[in-house]
Amino acid sequence: MPADWRMAMAQLRPALGDVEQNVAKHLEYIEQARALGAQLVVFPELGLTGYQVQDLVLEVARSLDAPEIRRITEASRDIDVLFSFVEESPDHRFYITAVYAHGGFVVHRHRKVYLPTYGMFDEARDFAAGRSFRAFDAGHGSVGMMICEDAWHVSSAYLLALGGARVIFVPAASPARSVTDQNQFGSQTFWRQLLHVYARLFGCYMVFVNRTGFEDGISFFGGSCIASPDGHWVSEAPVLEEALVTADLDLGAVRRARFTTPILRDERTDVVLQELTRIVQMEADRGHAPVRGLEER
Amino acid sequence: MRPDIEQQLTLHVDLTVRVLTAFIREEVEKAGFRDVVLGLSGGIDSALVAFLAARALGPERVHGVLMPYRTSSPNSLADARKVVEALGVHALTVDITAPVDAYFAQMDALLGEPASLLRRGNRMARERMATLFDLSAHYRALVLGTSNKTELLLGYGTQFGDLASALNPIGDLYKCQVRQLAAALGVPESILSKPPSADLWQDQTDERELGFTYDEADEVLFQLVDLRLSPAELLDKGYNPTLIQTVVRRIRLNQYKRRTPVIAKLSSRTVGVDFRYLRDWGS
Repeated sequence: MPADWRMAMAQLRPALGDVEQNVAKHLEYIEQARALGAQLVVFPELGLTGYQVQDLVLEVARSLDAPEIRRITEASRDIDVLFSFVEESPDHRFYITAVYAHGGFVVHRHRKVYLPTYGMFDEARDFAAGRSFRAFDAGHGSVGMMICEDAWHVSSAYLLALGGARVIFVPAASPARSVTDQNQFGSQTFWRQLLHVYARLFGCYMVFVNRTGFEDGISFFGGSCIASPDGHWVSEAPVLEEALVTADLDLGAVRRARFTTPILRDERTDVVLQELTRIVQMEADRGHAPVRGLEER
Repeated sequence: MRPDIEQQLTLHVDLTVRVLTAFIREEVEKAGFRDVVLGLSGGIDSALVAFLAARALGPERVHGVLMPYRTSSPNSLADARKVVEALGVHALTVDITAPVDAYFAQMDALLGEPASLLRRGNRMARERMATLFDLSAHYRALVLGTSNKTELLLGYGTQFGDLASALNPIGDLYKCQVRQLAAALGVPESILSKPPSADLWQDQTDERELGFTYDEADEVLFQLVDLRLSPAELLDKGYNPTLIQTVVRRIRLNQYKRRTPVIAKLSSRTVGVDFRYLRDWGS
């Protein structure tokens, strides 16, 4: 297993609803990443379709064996490719999916579990939710994927790290919002705090790849970045513009961090499970129990 | 039109009229108005809206405005008058020739070339819009829109012109449904039977300009939009490829006309994005 892992963050701007054009762009970026010596190229959430697809879902959805998906998968023969699209299951559920392709095959698929449906977001209207967070091995030890909002739930990163992931990839379509007097978007600031905390708490690399460009006035800030287990920023892409940025990951940093600060090792999963079981039971009981005071009316 | 599609496009007249008249009544009164004002072109769309409004509010609360330009067909004006007479609504004729001609006299001189038919037509549509919104303030009457679903989907209208209104009772009716309803409500025969025209220049007809008939468009639009069939599925059903392609293209290219202006998001709450209330909230 190589100690270093060179990867490229493909911070692109997808064309809304134009799968063909986005496939071509992905293939170009893959080619460039390969030329830069990268062993992996990571694309943002819904890079093949654009983010606010709404009623375009029926047009842009693809199964894993669709020709467009196969073209990208086949391009992974000598460089790994992590990419994202609207996946249609055989029973016609539509998922926001990220796929890790290696050696010409899909080695792992993650379906977005947490679909934001509040504020400016409306994902649960069109998409079905995934139901798992699984670490997997693609030749550099165990890694994991979570998509955008997934990362705003602490349990996602927790489960992946405990499941063995030493590198967690976060393909995202995160909007630029909350401009203040700071030279950073409010949304970006929060992301960076989140990635930093996860990297340090779980002793892993966090690889955040965000898209750029506008969709009906909403811009996606880009700002892709990688946080190391010891809390450094390994690499930072520019904001608001397309970029292909490479970074070298020293996986030895995971080893050192997990020895120095062995939080994961000391994690009491039995206590967590016991308490979660109790909480889940409590919530179920609450849901079924009659509301006091209502009965008398 | 294929019989099964025609059947699916057929409306229950009484039920439809009940919804649309209740809509006009409720939305007008909720907004704090009593009256409505609308342009009467002599065509079937504005005639239907006038009939619906008169039925919803009574003719005394409806103001029909006839806004001919010097090249407008005399038949258009005559047909618009027939609507006024049939319903007994208030009517005002405002000739838009002087303001439109004055505008282009200045612009043609400034730009050093005569305006295209398209620019002239758009300006007329916007002159009429500006007149209606002015009269809205004068009569304290809400402006009724008269764009049907076929026009909205095909983008066959002038942005901020005839597409502008406060309420549109017929925006979810395909042209063939407008015809069905108009006939049922007693819109004069000459209006029902003439070829539809924007009447922005002489001898203009919608169907010649679009390159297909409204029935052809409706048949394809209904299946694309309401039934969510894909263009490929329509091709398989044997529809004309050029027709499908043209309709699909028009729907896409004219999406901007169906939306409010795009706002650049900066803050954590942006009008239209995550500042979301119904218009009812304000009334």
